[in-house]
Amino acid sequence: MKRLSVSRTLAYLLSAVAAVFILFPFWITLSNAFMTEAESAAYPPKLWPTGLHLDNFSGVLASIPIVRFILNSFIVSSVITIGCLVTSCMAAYAFAFLRFPGKKIIFALFLSTMMIPWEVAVIPNYLTVRSWGWLDSYAGLTVPFLATAFGVFLMRQFFLQLPKELMEAARIDGCGHIRIFLRLAVPLSMPGLATLGVYSFLNHWNMYLWPLLVTSSEKMRTVQIGVSMLQFSEMTAWNLVMAGLVLVLLPSLIMLALGLGRLVGGLTAGALKG
Amino acid sequence: MENMDKTASVSLDKKRKAAGASVSGDPSRAANLGRFREAALAALFIAPALLLFGIFLFYPLIQSVYLSLHSTNPRGQVANFVGLTNFRNLFASSGFPNSLVVTLKFILFTVPASLALALAFAAVCRSKIRGMRIFRFVFALPIAVSVSTGSIMWMVLFHPTLGSLNYFLGKMGLAPVQWLTDPNMALLSISLMTVWMNVGFLFILLLGGMQGIPEEIYESARIDGSGPMRTFWTLTLPLVSPTLFFASVTSVIGAFQAFGQINILTKGGPVNSTDVLVFSLYEDAFVNFRFGVGSAQALVLFAIVLLITVIQFVFAERKVHYQ
Repeated sequence: MKRLSVSRTLAYLLSAVAAVFILFPFWITLSNAFMTEAESAAYPPKLWPTGLHLDNFSGVLASIPIVRFILNSFIVSSVITIGCLVTSCMAAYAFAFLRFPGKKIIFALFLSTMMIPWEVAVIPNYLTVRSWGWLDSYAGLTVPFLATAFGVFLMRQFFLQLPKELMEAARIDGCGHIRIFLRLAVPLSMPGLATLGVYSFLNHWNMYLWPLLVTSSEKMRTVQIGVSMLQFSEMTAWNLVMAGLVLVLLPSLIMLALGLGRLVGGLTAGALKG
Repeated sequence: MENMDKTASVSLDKKRKAAGASVSGDPSRAANLGRFREAALAALFIAPALLLFGIFLFYPLIQSVYLSLHSTNPRGQVANFVGLTNFRNLFASSGFPNSLVVTLKFILFTVPASLALALAFAAVCRSKIRGMRIFRFVFALPIAVSVSTGSIMWMVLFHPTLGSLNYFLGKMGLAPVQWLTDPNMALLSISLMTVWMNVGFLFILLLGGMQGIPEEIYESARIDGSGPMRTFWTLTLPLVSPTLFFASVTSVIGAFQAFGQINILTKGGPVNSTDVLVFSLYEDAFVNFRFGVGSAQALVLFAIVLLITVIQFVFAERKVHYQ
């Protein structure tokens, strides 16, 4: 019993040290966001703001169109997420339940796309999107990402775990595949959809290289590009930059708080049993 | 899966045959029609994803090969065929071999450290000690931080005079470090920031893997008097090894793709000490508009990633324990 409590104390201690390592950058960001310019530029660096200077937030909102950036990112991530869910579910259903010639080969083809790092395709994709006149548009930002092999595997995995008796019963009752797909397979795989949705949303919210390449005007910029512009702009006042970061972090943190339970376990399932 | 398809299709065929017989009296034609309709539906269901993969992954791969064998003008149009000159120039120049070395170092600095930390965090959070839900959220936090947000957060920490890191070093009586401007330090600093950023995702992945281990196994280990450390090494680690294996493959590939933190924090400098592959590719293709050379680098990147994936599969597959 004593040994157990020693190890328990050790676990708390290690967790606390690790938590400080993880949280410290967040804390510096948050506290600076509430500091005055003089405070945030002071030496030695301050760990606590003297008061809650909320005017940093209005300051950053007034100087750069951060709301527009957040809105752009929101549109882009949502469109990609919904598109991914639709294309993944459809393909996954075909691989899980339909018989068709060349199934194994096409499945292997899908599998192989996981081996292609996206960066390898970035030059031709840039040229393609440019030749279509899609630079600086939502289409250019979203269409290349509307399907992922990971999503197809994850959903296929969920479909294959559905009770077989249920599927059979539906078919004997004369349900067509489209009805089984819409009324049975998809609604029963909500946990999978949620996992894929949270993962895809966070991933594309955080996208950096592609938006950097295809957006040039301020009104199309996503939040990640907008944020990295903060440091190049004339205001290197940390308090304003950090207030901007807090505004940007907020949506993803809320998303994480709501979706963490889904991500744990869900991602692992898709990663390993595909 | 196979089994299920068969049983289901048998019952389906029976039904179709019965229906077909009453209408046309030719059961095989009706079955063929059913089979054809199923294949058509499958084609319809697969088409969107396949089309997107075709346009944005397979075609670019072929196009990269084509571009890499040509010189291009700044509009990205092919000027003339140059054969393997782009590749030869890549390896003859000092820049590209340097990028390879920098990338390999970056992998060494980030992947083992991220995996070890994530594994430790997950092992601690798996145990049902009170308060672990809070730690679980804390350890997962970096997954919500994008590369650009994270880079700027750390830029403040790395600031040579106003940053907290140098302040704490000073408190401990150590000399300040030029985190991002010292050529010997910059890659380590970037790696530190990257480990911090990656740990969230890996933690979630590994925790998921550990929660898949049945509780009874731990129960019996405890009854047998196995301590927490021994349980971890002899039980958790082997059982979580498939997840760990997947995590290591994705981490290595992810490290090869690092770009944002380098573009924001160091721009490949000082003296090219952080000039990783994707950054060098980006500079060649999108700053200097040499798409041919850029494509050659992209293909080398592809070849390396493919090779490493295969090697990891061949070697790790033997040691990984699948339940």
